[in-house]
Amino acid sequence: MAEPATQPNVASSLGATLADIGASFLSVAETAGGMGLLFGKVLRRLAPPDIDGPELRRTLHKMAVRSLPIVVVTAIFTGAITVIQAAPIVTRFQATGLLGWGAGFSIFREIAPLLTALMISGRVGANNTAELGTMVVTEQVDALRALAIDPISFLVLPRFIGIVTTLFVMTIYADGVALVGAALAADGLLGVSPVSFMNGLTGGLLGVSDVLSGLVKSLVFGLMIAISSCYFGLATTGGAPGVGRSVNATVVASAAGIFVLDYFVSFLLG
Amino acid sequence: MSDSALPLSRRPREGFITATLRLIGTTAMELALAGRDLFSVFARTLYFLTTRRRDRATLMRQAFEMGNRSVFFLVVTMGFIGTILIYQGGLQLKRVVPDFSQLGANFLQLLVRDIAASIGALMLATRIGAGIAAELGSMVVTEQVDALRMCSADPIDFLVVPRFVAGLVMTGFLIVLGGAVAFGAGALTAHIAFEVPFEVFMTARSVRLGDLVTGAAKCVAYGAAIPLVSSYCGLSTFGGSEGVGWATTRAVVNSSLAILMLNFFISGVALLIFPP
Repeated sequence: MAEPATQPNVASSLGATLADIGASFLSVAETAGGMGLLFGKVLRRLAPPDIDGPELRRTLHKMAVRSLPIVVVTAIFTGAITVIQAAPIVTRFQATGLLGWGAGFSIFREIAPLLTALMISGRVGANNTAELGTMVVTEQVDALRALAIDPISFLVLPRFIGIVTTLFVMTIYADGVALVGAALAADGLLGVSPVSFMNGLTGGLLGVSDVLSGLVKSLVFGLMIAISSCYFGLATTGGAPGVGRSVNATVVASAAGIFVLDYFVSFLLG
Repeated sequence: MSDSALPLSRRPREGFITATLRLIGTTAMELALAGRDLFSVFARTLYFLTTRRRDRATLMRQAFEMGNRSVFFLVVTMGFIGTILIYQGGLQLKRVVPDFSQLGANFLQLLVRDIAASIGALMLATRIGAGIAAELGSMVVTEQVDALRMCSADPIDFLVVPRFVAGLVMTGFLIVLGGAVAFGAGALTAHIAFEVPFEVFMTARSVRLGDLVTGAAKCVAYGAAIPLVSSYCGLSTFGGSEGVGWATTRAVVNSSLAILMLNFFISGVALLIFPP
């Protein structure tokens, strides 16, 4: 009796697994396609720029100016941590002259763009999704459409430009502030004077290409955060709990996307 | 709309000194109050942790939700991090001293001491922190937390303690897994891009006791900080569905900041206790 009973069970559990795999593949494809379509719509409205000016200014103030303190705190601590982590190698080889180069290299190329992007994705990206999601579930976006106002150029485009600009400018700030944090930590913990730190930084091993590579990364990360936060915000369904789910999805998608893109940009820029 | 939400140019005029003082004062007050509340949540969590028996099923469900559900996300991000670090580090090494024999040893030491724990915890802060805050926040705005209080069940005991324990345990496991994945990805990258043999790369001779202790201390600190900060942000939600979005944002940002500050202090203390 047990044999025939288990037989269809195995088949159905295999079928269920396959259905799961198929469903998750379809949902990933839907998300990627939706993001691509949204990006296309945004690009089309950029060709002759069709942006709401006051909304853009408001968005930039809210996103960029309000994020400055958190970016500065993050950058100071990460700069100091870079030096602390380099300390054993520096003291082992007595290479205090190379400390500025090492800190500058890792800050410019990886740490400042990456950590600033993670913070901005947590603060600005998540907030943006929550705002758009709330507008969708309270039917404010439909109201805009009923008034013949294009939600993409009124809501999405200013946020899009706002996020990309914010991340770019904040990365420049973070580069500078993190170097100050690193120099302070080098002076306080390792006894490397700011002058020799500066000499290591400007000694010729670092070039403009290192700074530019980090800034290109920040633009790519900004696009990733902007697309995913606007897409998940507009795709919100299911009332208030849906907004929470959208925010969660945005944060996870941005963080994963940032790391994956970091890999590809690092390889492309060399 | 309150005054502070307006752009600077449109705010009512106020003397520069007064405005600055007001800004500093309110910020300091807010920070002090938040710090006190956070400490109170921490103290009550520890109190209930030691006094009550735990419901095993709730704990397992939370651990599954935080741990097993984060494995894929963490493996992907840590794998990419390992690849990027080795590739970038190798390129620089080639420029200065083209000797790759120390690459694996130094990479493993750095992973154990800092990167596995810190980057892994930053990733988990986004994944776990957002989840906790969204869940608790929705419970607050739909008055389920008030209903718990009506039944004389303390929300800290009922909601925060299982998340705290699950977060503490699962963060440890996930960070070890993430570190192993990053090291494996790094070894593969070094083999393909710089032709470093696996047996040269995979060596633990640089890892000392101090590095292990530092890494373990970071695992415990981050594992405690992420659920605590996120639960606090979730429980202090107000303002309906929009408030849940804000709470999630604050949970992610504040957990990340907590991780960075803990990293700074633990790394600094470790440098003094275990001098290089």
